[in-house]
Amino acid sequence: MRHYDQARFHDDEGPEYEPLLSEKFGTEQAVEDTPLPDELTRDSLELPAPAEPELSRHYVRLSQQNYAIETGPYPLGSCTMKFNPPFTEDVAADPNGMVHPDRPGETIQGNLELLYTLQEYLAEIGGMDAVTLQPPAGAAGEFTGNRIAAAYHEANGEGHRSEVVVPDTAHGTNPASAAMAGYDVVEIPSGEDGRVDLDALEAAVGDDTALFMLTNPNTLGLFERDIEDIAEIVHEAGGLVYYDGANLNALLGRARPGDMGYDIMHYNVHKTFATPHGGGGPGAGPVGVVDELTEFLPTPQVREQDGGEGYELFEPAQTIGKVHNYQGNWLVLIKAMAYIARLGDEGLCATSANAVLNANYLATQIDLDIPFEPFHHEFVASAGDLDASDMAKRMLDFGVHPPTTKWPEIVSQALMTEPTEGESKETLDLLAEAFKAAKRSDEEALSSAPHRTTARRIDQADAARNPRLSWQALDEN
Amino acid sequence: MSGSPYAPNTETDTSEMLDAVGVSDVEELFDIPEPVRFDGEFDIESRSEPAVLNMVSDMLGNNDDMTEFLGRGYYDHYVPSVVDRLSLRSEFLTSYTQYQPEVTQGFLQALFEYQSILVELTGLPVANASMYDAASGLAEAALLASRIRDADGTDVLVPEYVREERVSVLENYVAGHDIHVKRVGTADGTLDIDALTAAVDEDTLMVYAESPTTRGTIEEHLAEIGEIAHENDAMFTVASDPVAMSILEAPGDLGADVVVGDAVLGMPNAYGMGLGIFATRDDYLRHVPGRLIGIGEDQDGKRAFTLTLQTREQHIRRERATSNICTNQAWVALRTAIHAASLGPDGLVDLAEQMVELPRDLAAQLDALPGIEAPIHDRHHFREFVARTEAPASEIVAALEDEGFAVQAVDDHELQFTVTETNEHAVDDLIAAVEEVVA
Repeated sequence: MRHYDQARFHDDEGPEYEPLLSEKFGTEQAVEDTPLPDELTRDSLELPAPAEPELSRHYVRLSQQNYAIETGPYPLGSCTMKFNPPFTEDVAADPNGMVHPDRPGETIQGNLELLYTLQEYLAEIGGMDAVTLQPPAGAAGEFTGNRIAAAYHEANGEGHRSEVVVPDTAHGTNPASAAMAGYDVVEIPSGEDGRVDLDALEAAVGDDTALFMLTNPNTLGLFERDIEDIAEIVHEAGGLVYYDGANLNALLGRARPGDMGYDIMHYNVHKTFATPHGGGGPGAGPVGVVDELTEFLPTPQVREQDGGEGYELFEPAQTIGKVHNYQGNWLVLIKAMAYIARLGDEGLCATSANAVLNANYLATQIDLDIPFEPFHHEFVASAGDLDASDMAKRMLDFGVHPPTTKWPEIVSQALMTEPTEGESKETLDLLAEAFKAAKRSDEEALSSAPHRTTARRIDQADAARNPRLSWQALDEN
Repeated sequence: MSGSPYAPNTETDTSEMLDAVGVSDVEELFDIPEPVRFDGEFDIESRSEPAVLNMVSDMLGNNDDMTEFLGRGYYDHYVPSVVDRLSLRSEFLTSYTQYQPEVTQGFLQALFEYQSILVELTGLPVANASMYDAASGLAEAALLASRIRDADGTDVLVPEYVREERVSVLENYVAGHDIHVKRVGTADGTLDIDALTAAVDEDTLMVYAESPTTRGTIEEHLAEIGEIAHENDAMFTVASDPVAMSILEAPGDLGADVVVGDAVLGMPNAYGMGLGIFATRDDYLRHVPGRLIGIGEDQDGKRAFTLTLQTREQHIRRERATSNICTNQAWVALRTAIHAASLGPDGLVDLAEQMVELPRDLAAQLDALPGIEAPIHDRHHFREFVARTEAPASEIVAALEDEGFAVQAVDDHELQFTVTETNEHAVDDLIAAVEEVVA
């Protein structure tokens, strides 16, 4: 069994933690004799002032107190945390691409060609007719898709359509994005087999339906086999079908949302195409649409100029406007483009094959009940009589990151597990051992876990009851 | 079998795994009905790493090599090398959202420190752990205002100087709600107080102002604008940026209820990619969009960091969440914090002072040329200013483009010039080129 001791920095007599910058290097600078009148300026600025060697040690120490994909496996279901090839950082660092967003298109043909190439790659991979790269995150892509659907219905004289339908297993962003776009959210229960219940869908859609949002495989890792019927039911009712790209990893090269009857989709390039997630972002959430929706895409779009002499920006005729001040998360888009170009057809198809095999193999090794199958790249196991959070905290002691816990709620004590294609059999065996060791731990070891991490179990309820969100707030106590 | 450079299983591994699963071929694991199966042909060639590097470097090499004097909301500041060195450590770059705080104390502490730096700069007690950009921050402020306001106001008042792109994002965010964006007139580059007074009424939900503005002017009447908003029970939102706020009076001290903006620090000129900031008052804490990092205690009674107030967030509250933000700009926030800490208060104030002096000097040099008047606004400026030209501005822009300079035309006879420490060295060449072009 592998054990894990995470870095901790503390003094015998000082604090039992790495001090805050403000605690080590806080200084107050008077702001005076500025080139502006006094009545416009502040009196002082109080911020830390570490010298560069001290600054470097502070952040290196913080980095050592942080788990990442290079530390060990990260099987967070639905989050798709996989290896990010470092060469894409070099690609993105090309100084020629670092231009101001207001540069005229004719002076930045290189940036436009890269955007165009990525648009084309993504359209082909998703079976879509056009793609916008502007949304800066997956949820921003969902919101963009909802706005496109609204503009489409409005243009067809169907602006009364006020509802978005989602299954109860949908990611929380789906209903949140639909609500932000002004829609009423109608949630439908999943069927006995964990998939969309066609009768429930039939009953939920109608004259008010603008959109049905569904990932495939769904969040239980199950392929929605009835997808053609699902699309037909929604289309018959006059609604559009939206693909949440969070699980596209499992389908790369095997099936395309466009071929399944989806009208709008977003891509999570930080999941499917291994652009690093940066501890919570940046990501990028490009949106693909079928032909009849291309006129509604955000502005500007990139196209080839007539005669093939370069590229130009243009405004789609019935554009919804903008969803990002500029062109979205450019550096993330470069990395996504480089990753796809590196893999090509062969690597993209191999991605789904390896992701699906790894998930299926791991599931045979963990000795837990898995109520729904056959699954693709992720599965939801049940911790049974144990608390899934305890299991997760205990797994941290063995040097692995635990799965997503207690979600979706339709599985009791859920452990939603997605190993991804980037893990070897050896690592999967290590993960399986961590599952089993956590399961057979005695109650004391489980309820007091984790033991050798930077922090022991944190009382999150107390932190929320008494919010302290800055070092200034600490000083007040 | 792997077939991908980033999938490590050998053929032996694969066959052992297939045996364990009980199938003879991985294809048996795909539960996809025949009519929607795809044959895997995208016509995308697989390339080696050097081939991809060459492909992208050839592409980006097609950009014209220009010296930019562009700004209008997006600015190039020198990013110290230490920011790259530290932030590119894989423990920061390739980690996920901190759902298991016990093993992610490092990133949580860094984000807590980022929030704290913004609290000092904005003068407001609550800052979130990042927005996508200033535009989404402005839009979320409008949605926050609609959630917290008792009265029935529906109008968001936005000065005419605000970038159209920013307003367009705002309009998309509020389109599904009963919120309407209205423009308020400007006078000499800042908000026209008389026009604002006339526009504000019981329907006003929020008043928005920028300082510095998109035209580079410092808004001198923020406190007065805030009073007008508050007298009408409207929320007051101000956009600024961390460099400007290093010397300008903190917007929170001038009555701002929300501060938004682009962070400016931490990122090189990256074709518009950056980080949005969002700070507000304690009263609105439970309505804040996005992530918040708080301090708590672990089971040994030791101080520890954690994501907090998650019941506001989409993964718990679904359609009733304060916003749909899931992935945000956390890594850029880390870079911004490192950049700010590396400058320290001395360095930030120095930089901010330069951002007042450099445009002042450049404007004076341009003003001395025939055919150009700069700046046209009798205001204090930050980083940039608008100049009036006798010749059509678009002709001057085109001629300067031929000389390798990128400058923005903002009206038929108005040009905008932006200068920071990264293009200061090219000012003399720019002046020479402008002199030749306007002559």
